[in-house]
Amino acid sequence: MTQVLVLVETADGAPVAATAEQFAAAAILGEPAAVVVGKDASKAAGALGKLGAVKVYAADGDFDARLVTPQVAALAAAVEAAKPSAVIVGSGPDAREAGARLAVRVGGAYQSDVIGISKDALVTQQAFGGAFTVTASGKGVQVISLREHSIEGSAPAAAGELVKLDISGDSTPFAKIESKQTEATASERPSLQAADIVVSGGRGLGSKEKFALMEELADTLGAALGASRAAVDAGYCEHNMQVGQTGTTVSPNLYIAVGISGAIQHLAGMQSSKTIVAINKDPNVPIFDIADFGIVGDLFQVVPQFIEAVKVRKNG
Amino acid sequence: MCPADNLQFSRTSNYIAMLQSITFEVRINGGMVGMMKIAVLVKQVPDTWSDRKIDPGTKRVDRSKDQVIDEINEKAVEVALQVKEAQDAEVVVVTMGPSSAQDGLRKMLAMGADSGIHIVDDAFGGSDAMQTSAALAAALKDKGFDLVVAGNESTDGRTAAVPAMLAERLGLAQLTFLRTLEVKNGVATGERLLPNGNATVSAALPALVSVTEQIAEARYPNFKGILAAKKKPIESIALSGLGIDASQAGGANSWSVVETVTPKPPREGGTIIKDDGTAGQQLADYLAKANLI
Ligand SMILES: Cc1cc2nc3c(=O)[nH]c(=O)nc-3n(C[C@H](O)[C@H](O)[C@H](O)COP(=O)(O)OP(=O)(O)OC[C@H]3O[C@@H](n4cnc5c(N)ncnc54)[C@H](O)[C@@H]3O)c2cc1C
Repeated sequence: MTQVLVLVETADGAPVAATAEQFAAAAILGEPAAVVVGKDASKAAGALGKLGAVKVYAADGDFDARLVTPQVAALAAAVEAAKPSAVIVGSGPDAREAGARLAVRVGGAYQSDVIGISKDALVTQQAFGGAFTVTASGKGVQVISLREHSIEGSAPAAAGELVKLDISGDSTPFAKIESKQTEATASERPSLQAADIVVSGGRGLGSKEKFALMEELADTLGAALGASRAAVDAGYCEHNMQVGQTGTTVSPNLYIAVGISGAIQHLAGMQSSKTIVAINKDPNVPIFDIADFGIVGDLFQVVPQFIEAVKVRKNG
Repeated sequence: MCPADNLQFSRTSNYIAMLQSITFEVRINGGMVGMMKIAVLVKQVPDTWSDRKIDPGTKRVDRSKDQVIDEINEKAVEVALQVKEAQDAEVVVVTMGPSSAQDGLRKMLAMGADSGIHIVDDAFGGSDAMQTSAALAAALKDKGFDLVVAGNESTDGRTAAVPAMLAERLGLAQLTFLRTLEVKNGVATGERLLPNGNATVSAALPALVSVTEQIAEARYPNFKGILAAKKKPIESIALSGLGIDASQAGGANSWSVVETVTPKPPREGGTIIKDDGTAGQQLADYLAKANLI
């Protein structure tokens, strides 16, 4: 069976949560193998074997200050060694860009934002915010960027045989990472793409202070918190909370839009949610055209009452 | 001319080593000498406000109507113009697309860009990100650009791959997904947007930058700009001018091949109620009944 490489991202030396799903995806196409880069890359071999890696290609070294290029070098070296049919990378900017560069370096199709993979190596993608579903094949070493939470199951545990890679000779020009600032508010809340429930607030919230109501709503439901671009632009919340055309695409079981009009670019990021609830004081806004349950009313009346009702149910 | 201007982008590591040592000198000399050359990549896309479609026959994006320059590209041009205003620079807007893409280039010239490059040939129709980046690389490689600026992601394909692919092909340091950018003394610095925060990244020029929508608000072209744009040069380059073999070009030879396209039926509306003072309670009941909470 041919190997399928997974670019493993780590946090504090351990594989990130999305890794298991990426191995499950690799197992659909062949024999999963890991590519891991960093100070303690080799040490991750045991953990990666448990997740399904037959082989672990590890490039040990401190490459933290280089943007993307060490991952590309390691992947290219692993492609050379393993002759894989495909490479799976994650959906964050680092992983996507490493994948895109790898496709150029080794010659292969780059498939972005993939939400499904079939045994015969067809990938499923969405176009125009889910208005179209597309399947595609790829030539060469297919590089697949997998959207988080799109593939179920896991790969069976495997040997995790360590193969060391030496990328110290890589002289590709790179941008230097001077510092990293992670948000203090990186909270207990689930991420937008991982969550079963997403609640999003729009310009209707009126201010940053009042946007706190959305936080209370999210935490009551155990939901991820999103926002419209107007809310982001007005400074009510962080940029990475934006849902839509130029933000994150979500398709949770339940999406609750609060004080959001439903502009076409917002819909492009959430219209494939299973159930959609909208709360807006204007009966004529487009969000109601796609809502399964819509409430025409003042959000500052409706949302607090809803929060109380949910709490009563939970405790009673 | 900055010393790096005389050099050409190349994929060979010898050249890269040379570029690195040269730009290093630029830095220790305390800044760019003379005029900086900036390329901005722009693209026409179906307007996000319109009803965008994929043609079931060709399996390609329907580009027959409502074509506009992608908003993110206007922002990329804005950033380049701000650099030009802070220091002497020449801004060249570059696009690959059908003949109608000229209109988009003119608009960017009206904003203040100096000239345009239009990669145009029917043979390019249906190109994927791999092929588009190859064509752009071929068009840019001999022109001595110090800085290449792109949007992080187009609104039609949302592939977000062309900037990184182009950096790979041209052997440029990539500073991508930037929400801020400063270009000073031959060094580009900015904040890269990450899912849980941001990273400050920097690189000596020549370099490639991609920007996110927070980077700037684009200016509107004024009347004077629109008049001036009519006289600004646009160079057209066809397949033959890029040295790309016809057997590599266009949808028939793409790396990624669309097999099927299925439109999703439009969503049906559901129950809409007017708040009578109990809507919050009713919503909780509705969601509980559907096992959603
Ligand atoms: C290229 C491009 C990309 C874009 N990308 C995105 C994107 O990714 N995501 C996105 O969201 N937008 C995006 N937009 C912007 C989009 O067009 C809209 O401007 C935006 O979605 C509007 O946000 P909103 O619904 O919060 O604001 P508005 O449209 O102003 O709606 C606010 C709503 O709140 C309601 N309201 C006010 N007060 C109350 C109250 N007390 N109770 C109940 N309701 C109340 C009002 O009736 C109104 O409907 C993009 C636009 C472009 C051109």
